[in-house]
Amino acid sequence: MFQSVLASLNEGFLRTLEIFGLTLLGAFPLGLVIVFGSTSQLRPLRYVVKFIVWVVRGTPLMLQLLIIYYGPGLILGNNWWGSSSSGRFTAAIIAFVINYACYFSEIYRGGIEGVPKGQSEAGQVLGMTKRQIFSRVILLQVIKRIVPPMGNEIITLVKDTSLARVIAVYEIIWSGQTFIKSTGIIWPLFFTGVYYLLFSGILTILLGRLEKKLNFFRV
Amino acid sequence: MIVLEVKNISKRFGNTEVLKDVGFTLEKGEVIAIIGSSGSGKTTLLRCLNFLETPNSGQIIVNGKILFDASSHKLLSENDIRKLRLHFGLVFQSFNLFPQYTALGNVKLAGELLAKERGDYNNNHKAILKVIDENASDLLRQVGLSDKMQLYPHQLSGGQQQRVAIARALALSPDVLCFDEPTSALDPELTGEVLKVIRSLADRNTTMVIVTHEMQFARDVADKVVFMDDGFVVESGTPEEVFGQPKQERTIRFLERYSNL
Ligand SMILES: Nc1ncnc2c1ncn2[C@@H]1O[C@H](COP(=O)(O)OP(=O)(O)OP(=O)(O)O)[C@@H](O)[C@H]1O
Ligand SMILES: [Mg+2]
Repeated sequence: MFQSVLASLNEGFLRTLEIFGLTLLGAFPLGLVIVFGSTSQLRPLRYVVKFIVWVVRGTPLMLQLLIIYYGPGLILGNNWWGSSSSGRFTAAIIAFVINYACYFSEIYRGGIEGVPKGQSEAGQVLGMTKRQIFSRVILLQVIKRIVPPMGNEIITLVKDTSLARVIAVYEIIWSGQTFIKSTGIIWPLFFTGVYYLLFSGILTILLGRLEKKLNFFRV
Repeated sequence: MIVLEVKNISKRFGNTEVLKDVGFTLEKGEVIAIIGSSGSGKTTLLRCLNFLETPNSGQIIVNGKILFDASSHKLLSENDIRKLRLHFGLVFQSFNLFPQYTALGNVKLAGELLAKERGDYNNNHKAILKVIDENASDLLRQVGLSDKMQLYPHQLSGGQQQRVAIARALALSPDVLCFDEPTSALDPELTGEVLKVIRSLADRNTTMVIVTHEMQFARDVADKVVFMDDGFVVESGTPEEVFGQPKQERTIRFLERYSNL
């Protein structure tokens, strides 16, 4: 029994990991794109991007998942995402990436704006190019500033992946829950907590190491 | 020999005119001290010299070459400005050391990056980098930090950080070294060590423009003193003239505030 529960939970957890990994893969760069928009000199662009960020950060991810999954179908009148599980999965990833990219963009922005102006001015006065100033002076300071808040978001994402369940993506909570219906046992659902704990524990350790690595200087 | 000529510099931020027709000249090896109350435009003047701000009118001439002329409408490219900046060095009030580099790394960084632009860099980079490293170590020795070269800025006191910043500015051998209140951010007991370094540079005939509130220091070290108020050069002359027999009402009132020191 335990074996088959584990096998099923492992399968669900693999999906959880996929959501987690793909979300980060998409949200890291998309967050950068958004931060270029939200700090742009072009006022209309800046306002539009800031409005989008405000909406995404101000509404629940669960709602966003539902809107992205059901919204196109309601407007276009047919089932946009198809009826397969891969369609639901894609919809979930899109919602997660957009949501997390907005949070990341705000963290990037804080990190960039937190570097004192004097740093780039010191570089300019020393005849450094803009590119050199960014890569040799600013970048590492930004990274050091954003690692702790990014770490928090990443740990939150571990748990947020379970929200994909609302559009029937078979992640680990879903796997645990099926045992209630099929065999009437509830402990597999509770046991999913162990997976989450182990995974977020490992991430916490890795993030801690990264922070420590960057401790050789202070900003 | 005249190293620096500043002619009729004016600078506006929006509608406020911060520098009004400012000018002075500086001979090789001379030190000019710029004094004046808060908001009189001293920092803005240094920022104009270092091309961090663009004057609205006037000229900046170094060694007889017109580096900047507001009336010529030739648009300077980013790269042109970068080259022009190398004639000047700037030591900031707040040091602005790069925190992720050691003292030595701070002094070497810009030189190493500039060296890459040299035609012979690829064939000769070991020798070039060695010269840069030795030069940087020498400079840190000169400012009394030979035992702190491998430390990061946060491991240094304010006075030590400012001395690293001075060495960093010297590393590119600018024609004119500018200081913007180099001791204002320091605890009183640390100002002495920084002033001593600047004094030793003056003794070795480094051409310098020093904005300072340390009147005694200005009097001792400067060859010329410029008093600024409200964006104008109100009075200039030798330290004896400006501190000893100020002619302008505004200068007298400003100096009275320091007379009991
Ligand atoms: N970027 C800017 N935009 C608008 N106004 C500015 C800017 N920089 C400086 N100013 C104004 O220009 C005036 C001169 O400033 P500046 O910093 O040059 O004075 P200062 O003589 O260095 O003063 P302090 O002794 O306090 O350092 C001030 O009134 C200041 O508010
Ligand atoms: Mg100032």
